[in-house]
Amino acid sequence: MNPLALLARLGRTALAGLAAVGRAALFALSAFSHMVRPPYYPREFFQALLNVGWLSLPVVGLTAIFTGGALALQIYAGGARFNAEAVVPQIVAIGMVRELGPVLVGLMIAARVTSSIAAEIATMKVTEQIDALVTLSTHPMKYLVAPRVLAALITVPVLVGVGDIIGIMGGYTVAVQNLGFNPAAYLKNTVDFLEALDIISSLVKGAAFGTIAAMMGCYYGMQSGRGAQGVGRATKGSVESAAVLILAANFVLTGVFFSL
Amino acid sequence: MIRMENVHKAFGDNRVLNGMNLEIAKGTSMVIIGGSGTGKSVALKSILGLIQPDSGEIYVDGKPAGSGDRDKFLARFGMLFQGGALFDSLPVWQNVAFRLLRGALKRPAEEARDIAIEKLRRVGLKANVADRFPAELSGGMQKRVGLARAIAAEPEIIFFDEPTTGLDPIMSGVINDLIREIVVEMGATAMTITHDMTSVRAIADNVAMLHGGVIQWTGPVAEMDASGDPYMEQFIHGRAEGPIEAVR
Repeated sequence: MNPLALLARLGRTALAGLAAVGRAALFALSAFSHMVRPPYYPREFFQALLNVGWLSLPVVGLTAIFTGGALALQIYAGGARFNAEAVVPQIVAIGMVRELGPVLVGLMIAARVTSSIAAEIATMKVTEQIDALVTLSTHPMKYLVAPRVLAALITVPVLVGVGDIIGIMGGYTVAVQNLGFNPAAYLKNTVDFLEALDIISSLVKGAAFGTIAAMMGCYYGMQSGRGAQGVGRATKGSVESAAVLILAANFVLTGVFFSL
Repeated sequence: MIRMENVHKAFGDNRVLNGMNLEIAKGTSMVIIGGSGTGKSVALKSILGLIQPDSGEIYVDGKPAGSGDRDKFLARFGMLFQGGALFDSLPVWQNVAFRLLRGALKRPAEEARDIAIEKLRRVGLKANVADRFPAELSGGMQKRVGLARAIAAEPEIIFFDEPTTGLDPIMSGVINDLIREIVVEMGATAMTITHDMTSVRAIADNVAMLHGGVIQWTGPVAEMDASGDPYMEQFIHGRAEGPIEAVR
């Protein structure tokens, strides 16, 4: 291939990528601005709270409990190589709260909530329901986007907190039942070892990941192309972007909190 | 009341509106006809501001469309969408009373529900439909609910986008009659886009033929058959031969 043509192609791809980032950033700014300006739609907000928060609890709980249990087994087996089996409570606690809790809950929310938001809004777009909203003097950013993003911003940190606790309890159950740990000592070691910054970082990550998950669902839904294929692409794109952005944001936030 | 002056709109290389001019007098029913993909929906959505024209002017009551308070501007319109565009997540009565449950026209929920049921009755639906969800209704019933929603806030201007598409001939006749009755009864200005000639004859005071992004002919419905315009004649009689290219 002609080197100039290759360069042009690279340039076009880079420009398209930057344009997409710009569009998503402008969309996010617009969503935040609509969140703080009336009119507000409390019914849609409470519905979103229920969908994002309450109905995600089972999947979050199951993910956390199995992860906590597996983590305890891994740390015990790994620790046994250098006689450090006793660190199971501390490492399960720090692993769940700082890293696995927020990331796994974020990814579960991306799978469950981002996909459903994207598919719902994309279907509304394809069936002209978004146009209908506009003709009924209702701004889609206020009615569809702001309540969902705000609900995720509020509920995902709570889900992360619940996931952290359930994950620790998963580790506790395995450690006490299978590995012979003393229950009271396990809990004391867990509580003593955790610091406020660990918990704060977990909740802040939850808020960031929830916002990313809901925002990507809304963005891809609103940008959806026509027909079933458009809805499918929007859903796929939303989950991919949310998952990658959550992992990237996790890296950045971990750096910010723990490299200080 | 509605005036489009030299309106252009293109999507990429596809020039859909190519200098469209149209005037709809207050209280009259204008039907725009034309083949699929000729820009009828684009013209309609341009007036509402759902699509921004590339150039040209659109006036409603002498004022540029989209100027001033947008909510007030849109509150003057009602629209029946081609597929109904009913909100799946809301029961029928909340779809009909959508505008009355929020925003500037907000009323108490009971009053909004009563109005919704009255409008449902007006379009031939019983009160027991009110608590059902759109997915539980037939295509014809969904059109009726869409029509009830379009007239719920007593708009001055009503748009109908392909009101009979996908319906059987009898249900099409029912919807056409309802549209005509409601428009006359409310004294509203109506703009309908369709390629169903039965609808045209039932609904229209005036007809405009859109092809190639411009209005080829416009005039009273009574003069349509003797227009002498080759585009109109080909369209009315559904001929494959004529100035409108038909792909076989």
